[in-house]
Amino acid sequence: MTDSAPHIEVMRSQLSRARGLGAGGSGTAHWWAERVTAASLLPLSTWFIVQMFRLGGTDHAEVVKWGGKPVNATMLTALIITTFYHAQLGLQVIVDDYVHGKAHLPTRILVKLVTSLLGLLGVFAVIKLVAAGSRRS
Amino acid sequence: MQDIRKALYVGTRSDGRLIQRPMSPHLQIYRYRLSMVLSISNRLTGVAATGGAALGVFWLAAAAKGPKAFATARKVTGNPAGQLLLVGWLASVVYHTVGGIRHLIWDSGKRYDKEELNKDGPVAVGVTAGVSTVLAAGLLGVAAKRARALAKAGKAS
Repeated sequence: MTDSAPHIEVMRSQLSRARGLGAGGSGTAHWWAERVTAASLLPLSTWFIVQMFRLGGTDHAEVVKWGGKPVNATMLTALIITTFYHAQLGLQVIVDDYVHGKAHLPTRILVKLVTSLLGLLGVFAVIKLVAAGSRRS
Repeated sequence: MQDIRKALYVGTRSDGRLIQRPMSPHLQIYRYRLSMVLSISNRLTGVAATGGAALGVFWLAAAAKGPKAFATARKVTGNPAGQLLLVGWLASVVYHTVGGIRHLIWDSGKRYDKEELNKDGPVAVGVTAGVSTVLAAGLLGVAAKRARALAKAGKAS
């Protein structure tokens, strides 16, 4: 081998390059999850808007009856989980872009906590509506 | 070199010579383009849509909690300020959806040329305005009509 042979110094190992998981260790998982949840939200949010046309202005009894139906409860739970998962993914990117230094990690954890808790609140509200529905019938 | 930031802007050229790296111009240097407003709007409406979704979950939780909590929620959804908030949520969701669909199209490698981007931007604004207005008017109209009918039935019985 001569001294003029091309030679590039790369600190990353060949294995790391082959795995393609990058510095974050998760590869394109976050990006894909964002797209898949976005596509799933198209039919789910359309369904929700249609339901709001049926429910707008109604009283409490009607809403409870509506939320207790199995299909509505399923769609609602899917909508809530997908919405807050998507929100978590999106807000995380915003935090990564604009929050630097020591504040970064706490802000990221806060985003995860708040979006998770809101999603759980929605899921348990649906469970309660279903329970109320089965008690009545 | 007095400033640490200047030290961070030192780079090496491919021939090994030390050079001052170029700095990218800041926001107010760029000429105004619709695409840059639409881009940041997708983020802002995403945050707004999350806030709206939080309100939606509170509404659902109020319905699950009982008639009293639901009556409080209805005070919010029934008054003009609350309805303005709901319309804001709706418009944010509509724009974020339009922006999201555009992103999915770009991800598939289509409509990503400069000319196409500049052509689609105003269309996205128009679609958002149209769909939001129709949905908001429809939803508010249906809700008001139903609430009036319910109030009438309540008085009659």
